[in-house]
This record gives sequence, structure tokens and C-alpha cells, in this order.
Amino acid sequence: MKILVTMKRVADPDNANKVKISGDGTQVTSEGLEWKPNPFDEYAVETALRILEDGVGSGNLRGEVIVVTIGPDEATQQIRQCLAMGADRGIVVQAEDAKLDATVVSKVLQKLVEKESPDLVLMGKQAVDGDSNQAAQMLAQRLGWPQTTFAGHLDVAADLKSATAIREVDGGAAKVKVTFPAVVSVDLRIVTPEGVSNNVAPKDKAYQEGPRYASLKGIMKAKKKPVETMALAALGVDTQPKVRVLKYTQPASRKAGIRVETVQDLVLKLKDEAKVL
Amino acid sequence: MGNVLVIAQIIDGEMKKATASAAAFAALAASHIGGNYGIAALGGDLGKATDALASLGAAKVHVAEAKELDSALAESWVPVLEQIVKAGGYSVIVSPASSTGKDVLPRLAARLDAGMASEVTGVAFEGGKLVYTRPMYAGNVNGQVVIETPIQVITIRATEFAPVAKSGSKSPVEKVAIPAPEAAIGRLEFLGFEKAVSARPDLAEARVVVSGGRGLKAKENFKVIEELADLVGGAVGATRAAVDAGFIHNDFQVGQTGKIVAPDLYFAVGLSGALQHVAGMKSSKVIVAINKDEEAPIFQVADYGIVGDLFKVVPELVQEIKKVAK
Repeated sequence: MKILVTMKRVADPDNANKVKISGDGTQVTSEGLEWKPNPFDEYAVETALRILEDGVGSGNLRGEVIVVTIGPDEATQQIRQCLAMGADRGIVVQAEDAKLDATVVSKVLQKLVEKESPDLVLMGKQAVDGDSNQAAQMLAQRLGWPQTTFAGHLDVAADLKSATAIREVDGGAAKVKVTFPAVVSVDLRIVTPEGVSNNVAPKDKAYQEGPRYASLKGIMKAKKKPVETMALAALGVDTQPKVRVLKYTQPASRKAGIRVETVQDLVLKLKDEAKVL
Repeated sequence: MGNVLVIAQIIDGEMKKATASAAAFAALAASHIGGNYGIAALGGDLGKATDALASLGAAKVHVAEAKELDSALAESWVPVLEQIVKAGGYSVIVSPASSTGKDVLPRLAARLDAGMASEVTGVAFEGGKLVYTRPMYAGNVNGQVVIETPIQVITIRATEFAPVAKSGSKSPVEKVAIPAPEAAIGRLEFLGFEKAVSARPDLAEARVVVSGGRGLKAKENFKVIEELADLVGGAVGATRAAVDAGFIHNDFQVGQTGKIVAPDLYFAVGLSGALQHVAGMKSSKVIVAINKDEEAPIFQVADYGIVGDLFKVVPELVQEIKKVAK
């Protein structure tokens, strides 16, 4: 089985409050912040590995995991991070982040899917910089494939032909069975110890919480794994974004209020001053 | 320039309030572009929702009722919506950024080759174009965006738009013929929905939200939060840390990657105020922070803060509120 995983490099999301807007409001600068794989995409890489591992022996996969990014050459570094986790090879489609939107991304991915013919595309549900949550759904439509968004649990059939997913939706959980090829976007809980089962690995195979760390051996191996680079223009798709940012602004920030000393005081303030009780 | 189409949010035959917020966005956008707005309702059994939808002041309500639409799969909804959009000459399509909206609308946008903006919090009209405001970077930056396609697809953050008032007149209701399904639906089977059972109000619609964080220390301790929530008729929320620690189900997570809430009153209990949590609650009208760490960043956004042990402060708070309620 071939799984294609998408990955975007983002400025360290734990320091998103440190992103700055340029003086003329036309750019967001992430200067001084560390670049990382988008967390949800890292979860997608982990998901792919858990699907394909047989859970015994030396960690060989029952198929291939390809990690794709659309971004600057420097994103090769984050691709290597995913290869160090255990993915097999990487693709970097060279592009300037500011000139991409979900439409362009989904068109580029459609071309790559047509070229690589994976059985499954795994994506994070959203990138934590743009926060759009669109690319997976758009890609599924362009391919005419079913989509399974916000998957928090995947139970993959032993023959790798289908999966039962539990999707995290408003008010509860929706359960669907999807037959591959398909596009699946993953949510946070997919990387809980019981997030993925593949019906081949031993039942007592214990996964840690969260995506795996790369081992030293993994890092050494990753240096030799192939990473293909291609120009955006070479893919023959319309690279004109449909959504244009006119300017960025700083949202109005909340001001710190007051400290109250006693609970009685708090209740009186909520009742008489704020009038919310 | 065209008309605006609202995609209604209906659960168990009832219209959700977020629909009336999407209608408010639609009325505003339509007034800018000189058109009107319609509503599309899809589902297996729309129950009394149709009446509620007809009172939102729309020029028309399109009703698509079919068993296969009940589970709100994007693959089954998109062909129906495409047909309504094309027949009605709609140029802006809007849905609340609910999980259904987030699932269906991007697929519809790709089908229509339309650009899309997610979680929009405001709309203006400049230089003959609709300009949408949308938060990025966990709410630390706002983008002012325009969409360069004839059809524009939007999800809105419902908490940012006051619902439209009920109209005195009834909109005409039109039944929609159901087009042939997409081939992709053949590879997808809906197996069921497990409802998160709660007697409390919906997080997204509650007037009061009481959220707990890692400071709760254990699953059992969430009853402290629940007691306060029940007393004030509020919903229970949680931080990602509390969810990760297994204190409470993911469905209660408030934040960038969870639910966005904006109640009149928000209690932040035993939570530090991590960036991604604050992104989901900072539009609340009044925020109360209870934390024993006086340096906790949550105090930077709270209107009222109490430094103290939540296990002492919250029960005391419950007693005091009971007193004033008498």
C-alpha cells in the first residue's frame, strides 16, 4: 500500500503570539521563530506509520509512505524530520508560501496523486498558521474520492483496502467506513495510544501518546532517503491563488481586568457591575 | 452582483441558532452587493426547522429532504448544493463553521471552482469587493481577504454575528429535486452517530461556560466544574491539556483546534491560558479567571481574577451565587 502524507512547515505554533505584522501590513514575519512541521501533519505521518507497521521485527512497513510539502527549499529540513520518523521518501514542490491558497494546494496535490497513485492520502485537518481547514476536502473533490475529515480513530482492515473511522464532529462522534482510495484528514486524538489499529500488529502493541520521536538511527537513515524537488510551474496547474490577503491587522487585544480578593466580592461584581449573574 | 445562500444548520429537526447568525452575515453581504439571500436546508427529516427557517427574512427557503442527506456526508450534500447555487444564481455561499460546515463547504468550493475563506468574523465592502476578516495564527493575526472568483464560499464564526431577528412574514418554501449522487459516495458508508450525552446547553450556544484545565488534576474533579455550570445553567468546557490528560472528552475542548465560544460569562478554572485555548474564548463578554498561580497568562485576558486554590474557591463561589440568587 502506498500512503501519501502532506506536510506544511509552520512557525512554532507555541509562539504564535510572537508573529509580527510588517509596518505596511502586507506580511506576517516569523523572524526568530523556529520552523516545525505543522502538528496535525506530524500526526498524519504517525498515522501512516501505524497503519503500515506489522508491529513485530525491525519496523518494516507493509508499503510506502511518501511525505509531500509545498513550500520553500528550506522545508526539506522538515521533510527529513518526517523521514527520520520512518517515512520512505519526500517530495518538495518549490513555492512561496504567500502565493498559495487551498485551491492551489489542492490542485498541486491532485497532480501528485495522479502521478504517484497512492491508495490513501493522509493530511492534518488544518495548518495552524492559516487555520483554513480546506485543502483535504478540496483535494477529495478534485479527485472524485471520498473524504473522511477530522478522524480521531482509524481501524484499518488487515487487507489495507478500507478503514472504519470515528470522526470528531459537533455533538459527538460519527462513524463511517471508507474504501480506499480516499482522503483522510486527522484530528488530535488520532495519536492517542489507541488512535490507530491495523488488525495485523499484535493487540498488545503499545503506542505512546503523540507522534514518535526520531531515533538517532532514524536520523542517520533519513539522510540517505530520497527527496525529490520540483518546480511548481512544472506541474502544469493554475497557480493563481483565488484568495488574496489585502492586509494583516492586529486583533484588538483584551485588557487585563482587576483582581478581586474574595469570592463575595467577585459575585457582587458579576451581579452589579458586569450584570451577568 | 448576485445573491447570498445560507446553508442551514439543523440537528434533530431543529434549527440551530448559528443559522440565524449566518443569516445575519448573509443580510449584510447581500446589502453590500445589492442582492437578497436564500436559505438551503438539507436533511432526512427537517421537522419544524422549515418553519423556523421561513421566519429569518430570506427571499426563499430551498428544502432538500431525502434519507441519504440525513448523515450530512459532504459527498451526498455537494451535488444538491451545487444545483441550488446554480439554479438560484447565488454568488456567496455561507455556512456556520460547524463540523458539517467545515467538512462540506471546501468540497463544494472545489466543485464550483470557487475561492473560500474559513471562520470569517466580519465582512465589509471596499472598492466594489467584499472584504472578509478572518483570524489566523490562533487568533493572533487577522487577515483582510478578498476572493477573486465569481462564486465565493464562506464559513463564519457564528459567535461574531448577532442572529437576525425573527421576521413577521414567511419566506416562500421551495422543494428541491435531488440530483444523482457523486460516484465517491459508493466508497463511503455511514455507520452511525454517537451523541455526546449532556443535559447541559451546547457549548457553542451557552450563555455561560465553565472551563477546567490541568489544575483539576483528575477526571473525578471535573464535578467541581459541573456543579458550578449546573447552578448557572452553563455549559462545561475544557482545555486541550485537560483533554490530553483524559479528564474529559475531546468534544468539550475550547480553543483554536476545538470549539470557539463567546458566551456572556466565561469561567476559566485551573487553566493557565495557553495561546490555543485563549484563541477559542477571548471573544467572551466577561471572563473570570481562577488560578493559584498569580503569574498565569489567563489573568492578562480576564476581567476578574481570583488568585487561589480552585478546590476552595469554586465551592465557595457556588455557595455565594446560591445566596445572591435567593
